[in-house]
Amino acid sequence: MHVRHLQVADFRSWEQADLELEPGPSVLVGRNGQGKTNLVEAIGYVATLGSHRVASDAPLVRLGASRAIIRTAVVNDGRELTVELEITPGKANRARVNRGPVPRPRDVLGILRTVLFAPEDLALVRGDPGERRRFLDDLLVLRAPRYAGVRSDYDRVLRQRNALLKSAAANRRARRSDPDALVTLDVWSGHLAAHGAALLSARLDLVADLGPRVAAAYAGVAPESRPAQIGYRSKIEDALPAGYGKPDGERADPEVVAEILLAEMVRRRDNELERGVSLVGPHRDELDLVLGEAPAKGYASHGESWSFALALRLASYELLRADGSEPVLVLDDVFAELDRRRRQRLAEVAVAAEQVLVTAAVAEDVPGELTGARYTVADGVVERD
Amino acid sequence: MYEGPVQDLIDELGRLPGVGPKSAQRIAFHLLGAEPADVTRLQEALQKVKEGVVFCDVCGNVSEESTCRICRDARRDPSAVCVVEEPKDVLAIERTREFKGRYHVLGGALDPLSGIGPEQLRIRQLLSRIGSQEITEVILAMDPNTEGEATATYLVRMLRDFPGLTVTRLASGLPMGGDLEFADELTLGRALSGRRTV
Repeated sequence: MHVRHLQVADFRSWEQADLELEPGPSVLVGRNGQGKTNLVEAIGYVATLGSHRVASDAPLVRLGASRAIIRTAVVNDGRELTVELEITPGKANRARVNRGPVPRPRDVLGILRTVLFAPEDLALVRGDPGERRRFLDDLLVLRAPRYAGVRSDYDRVLRQRNALLKSAAANRRARRSDPDALVTLDVWSGHLAAHGAALLSARLDLVADLGPRVAAAYAGVAPESRPAQIGYRSKIEDALPAGYGKPDGERADPEVVAEILLAEMVRRRDNELERGVSLVGPHRDELDLVLGEAPAKGYASHGESWSFALALRLASYELLRADGSEPVLVLDDVFAELDRRRRQRLAEVAVAAEQVLVTAAVAEDVPGELTGARYTVADGVVERD
Repeated sequence: MYEGPVQDLIDELGRLPGVGPKSAQRIAFHLLGAEPADVTRLQEALQKVKEGVVFCDVCGNVSEESTCRICRDARRDPSAVCVVEEPKDVLAIERTREFKGRYHVLGGALDPLSGIGPEQLRIRQLLSRIGSQEITEVILAMDPNTEGEATATYLVRMLRDFPGLTVTRLASGLPMGGDLEFADELTLGRALSGRRTV
């Protein structure tokens, strides 16, 4: 697939921007602060309904404007769809496909798939477990948009259950009797286990599919380094069948996982009531990144961390390709951060993509293979050279 | 900002659900220009709803008397009770004209985030109703969302100890007049798992 047209209004620094794009490489060049990244961020937003730079929508709207608009035309197998998103912070966003409104913005997921590699990705390796969980869940949604629903249902049930645990914990400390709490807790536990199992099973299968591709991608970008591996670490891993989450193992069965989750919640009930939070479930899990024998976080060098982040993105790209729809590759300001060898390796993969969008402060940073359409971004204007 | 009373009215209207600042302004200016008789009628209607309307002792629906019209109606089947979250759900089911039994309005759904547990809902009244009356079937008609599902699961637990009581849940699935291809996967999946033999 590729993006044929991008138009934004009041998005980040842009009052208006309009650019026609083509398949193959396109490079956006401009000095820092001119808004190159904002343009590819808009494309990423259409694909994931989130930004790779900020967690909330408010900074996406131009200062002084009340809402931002992103319009894209996406061509997939010769068929063109237009997606229009209206971002209004503090309110529900609105979406239109081919000019017709859709009931929920979530319904546009799957129309555009992107894999975006950016300097922020270093946090995948060095950041908190939450960064890696989000990486997995975002990729799940890209593979199968219905997981956006699974994820939001899980979050909702989790928040409800935590609210209940919190009040139960307070009652317990005050030695107030609270007979209802335990029965309702069972109800919420059942729902948390069901939704959690759907999410956890999907993550396990994803890690199984992604693992070998990460190892291969890492060996490609850093052949002199130790071998890289990923693994899914769960609070319930001792109880899970050994093959779950392994490349050659069986696919995870949500019903089996739900039963294990529920049993673990029963076992840790006292602990949960003590602390007032849910201690079992995919929200406590972690994606392990391992280099040789040591965890990448804390042990990997700066260069190795970069290579690992790059390998995770390249593996995602390969996985989505293997699923059958070629995602748009977005390389945001990354060449300046990479040495010659890794630049080369990234360029080799990127040049084979149906469409790759590159941003760079200086054109010389971008490898020669990726010289395609060139756009100059300066003073609030984007122009094709 | 408008002066005194007009702005007060806009602010009050704006606090109503589903009324944004623009709509509030439009309604306020409409009222300003309306016939005094129309405004008085509205005023009376508002007054009456707070003073005159009570909740039915039996089912919890809004009512003019201590027992609501449906609970008083002898033609209604006393053996079937449909449990809903809000009074407006009663109206929705009544419009179908499919259901001949009676209702029980919970007054919400389990929602720990808003501090709503079983005690805040009319669940105890439901249980004592089932214990004392000739009720053989309970239909759970909660909203198909996180809170509604949890409430239904909770009620199933509480109701399973009544001997001879049938508990059913509304089928969830495809909307009439819709297209199969446009149904989202969750809805379609539910419709599939709740399919019936014909």
